[in-house]
Amino acid sequence: MSPLHLCLALSAALFCTGLVAVLIRGNAILVLLGVELMLNAANLNFLAFWRFGPGGGEAGLVFVLFSIAVAAAEAAVGMALVIAVHRHLRSIRIADANRLKG
Amino acid sequence: MTTLLAVLALICLAPAVAAVLVRNLIHSALLFVLAWLGLAAFYLALGAEFVAFAQALVYVGGVSMVALFAVLLTRPGRTDLLPPPSAARAVGGLAAVSLVASMLASSLFWSRLPSMEPTAPIPLRRLGELLAGPYLVAVLLVGLILTVALIGGLLLAAPRRPAEGADA
Amino acid sequence: MILAVAPASPADAWLERAPLLLRDALTGWLPDALRPWVSALLSIAVILGVFGLLFAYMTLAERKLLGRMQNRPGPNRTGPFGLLQPFADAIKALTKEDIVPRAADRVLHFLAPVVLVALSLLGLAVIPFGRNLVAVELEAAVLYFFAAGAATELSIFMAGWASRNKYSLLAAMRALAQLISYEVPLLLSVVPVVVVAGSLSTTGIVAAQGGWAAGIWPHWHALTPWGFSAFAVFMIAALAESNRSPFDLPEAESELIAGHLTEYSGFKYALFFMAEYLGMAALSAMAVTLFLGGWQAPLGLLEFVPSYAWFGVKLLLLLLGFIWIRATFPRLRIDQLTRLSWKFLVPLALVNLLNGGFWAATADWSGPAAAVRWLVSALLVVVPFVALARSLAAGYGPRTYRYAPS
Repeated sequence: MSPLHLCLALSAALFCTGLVAVLIRGNAILVLLGVELMLNAANLNFLAFWRFGPGGGEAGLVFVLFSIAVAAAEAAVGMALVIAVHRHLRSIRIADANRLKG
Repeated sequence: MTTLLAVLALICLAPAVAAVLVRNLIHSALLFVLAWLGLAAFYLALGAEFVAFAQALVYVGGVSMVALFAVLLTRPGRTDLLPPPSAARAVGGLAAVSLVASMLASSLFWSRLPSMEPTAPIPLRRLGELLAGPYLVAVLLVGLILTVALIGGLLLAAPRRPAEGADA
Repeated sequence: MILAVAPASPADAWLERAPLLLRDALTGWLPDALRPWVSALLSIAVILGVFGLLFAYMTLAERKLLGRMQNRPGPNRTGPFGLLQPFADAIKALTKEDIVPRAADRVLHFLAPVVLVALSLLGLAVIPFGRNLVAVELEAAVLYFFAAGAATELSIFMAGWASRNKYSLLAAMRALAQLISYEVPLLLSVVPVVVVAGSLSTTGIVAAQGGWAAGIWPHWHALTPWGFSAFAVFMIAALAESNRSPFDLPEAESELIAGHLTEYSGFKYALFFMAEYLGMAALSAMAVTLFLGGWQAPLGLLEFVPSYAWFGVKLLLLLLGFIWIRATFPRLRIDQLTRLSWKFLVPLALVNLLNGGFWAATADWSGPAAAVRWLVSALLVVVPFVALARSLAAGYGPRTYRYAPS
C-alpha cells in the first residue's frame, strides 16, 4: 500500500464517519462537528495529492489553509445558529426544527 | 513512512468513530478534538508543518471551544446524554453511508495511482510569498469572510431583547 | 547558528559554551545513531529539572512576597528563611487522600490535570534559553507554541465539567469564555513581531533583536513604540491565559470556592498548581523571546555574562511582575473581563498590526527620517490608546467619595 493510497483511505473513512454523524445523530452540534470532520477529510486529500501527486501542487497546501479558515467561520456561525434555534425551540434536535415560522 | 502514517491514521480514526458512537455529548466533542489532534499529527508526518500547527490552533483552540460552549449553553436537561436515534433514521442513514463508503472503497481499490516520490516540503518563506503574491486576493476574501462570520455569529446568538442588567 | 549580530568573542567564552560542552561530554562516547536521541532526552531532563525547581521556588517566592506586601512574614519555619517549604508542601500533597466524587466522570476527572501539565510543558520546547540552547528548532516555532498552549483551557473545562459540581461547571464556562476572548489579542499582538522580524522561528526573532542603536539602545522590540504596545497587550492577555489574578475568574476563591479545583485534592491539586506556574513561565519565556531580546545582553559591555543568565534574569523579572500584579489588583467581573478584551485590547492590537507594518516598511529610513518614523509609530500607539480608553470609560465618571460630616 503506497502512502498516497493510505491517505486517501483515511480520508474516505473520515468522510464516512462524519457522514454517519450528520445522518444518524439528530443533535445539531454533532451534525456540525460531523461536517467539520468531512471538511477535514477533504483537506487531507488536498495534502495527500500535494505531497505524493504529480509535482507543482503548491496550490494544494495553500488551499488547505483557506479551507481551515473557512471552517472556523463556519463553526462560529453554525454554533450561533444552534444557540438561536435552542432559544426558539428549547431543543437542539434537528428533527424538531421543522417549521419555517420562528 | 507508510508504517508511521498507518499508526497515525488509526490514532486519528479511532476517536472519530468513538465520537460518533458515544451517547454523552461532551465526551463526543472531546473525542472529536482528539481526532483533530491526530489529524494534525498526520499532517506533520506528511511534512506540512505550518498546516499541522494551524489545524491544531484553529480546531483545538477555536472550533472545539465554540462547540463546547454551545453544548453548555444548550444543555438538554439535567444530563448530557442524548436520546438514541430512531430506528428508521438509523437504518436510512446507515444505508446511505454504506452506499457512499462502498463507492469510495471501490474507486480507491480500482484506481491505479502513480507511485510518485514525495515532493519536497515547501519552506515557510515560500508559503508566505505564495500567500502574499498570487493568492493575495483569496487571503483578503478569507479575512472578509471571517469578519462577516464574526458579525453574523454575534447577531444570531445575541438575544432579541436587550437582557436586563446587561451592563454595569 | 545565530552569530550574525553578536561579536564572535562572547560566543566563544567558556561559560557561554558550558552547557553545550557538558552535553557533548555526556553524549560523546555514544554511537552516532544514538546521539541525537540521548541529547534530546537530556534537553527534556534539563527543562523538566530547571522548570520543576523554578516552580517549587516560585510558589515560595509568591507566598513570601505576597506576605511582605500584606505586612506579614510569609512561610518562614521550614528550613532557613522557609527555604524547604516547597518540599514540605510536596510531601504533604503526595500523602493526602485522593478523593473523587461519586458522581464525577472518573476518566475525565483523572485526565484533566495530567493533560494540563503535559500541554503546559510542550511550549517550552521551542524557547531559545541561550545562544544555541533550544530544544527543538522549528521553522514555525511561534505557531507551534500557541497551538500547544491553546488546549490548556480545554483541560480546565474538562476538570470543571467532570467534577459534576455546579461551582466547577461555572468555572468551566468562565474558562471557555476567557480563553475565547483573550486568545485573540494574544495572537494579534504577536503578529507585528513576526512581520517586523520576518520570521516565525524563535531563534530568528531573537537574532533580529541583536545589536544596539547608537551603541546603547538595544534593538529589542519592547523598546520601540509598536513593540511596547504589543508587549503590554501580550502581557495582559498572558495574565488572562494563565488564569492569574486579576483574571483568575475560573478559580475565584471567594465566589466559586475554587472553581474547577473544588473537587480535586492531594497530588492532582498539586498538578494543577504546577501547570499554572509552568504555563505562566512558558508565556513569560515567550514574551522575553518576542519582545525583550531573548538571551541578548542589554549592553555590549555586559556580554561577558553568559546568555542563559540574561534569559533567566529577564524571565524572573517578568514572573515577579506577575506576583506584584496579583498583590495589587482586585479581581475583575466576567463582563468587565470580556469587555476589556473585545472593546479595548483587540482594537488596540489591530491598530498595532498596522503600526508594525509601517515599521517594517520604513526599515531603511535613517537620519531625520528615523525621528519621523519613531514619531509616527508613537502617535499610532498613543492616539488609539487615548481614544479607546476614553470610550471604554465613558459614562463611568470620576468616582466620588462621600464622608460622614465631621
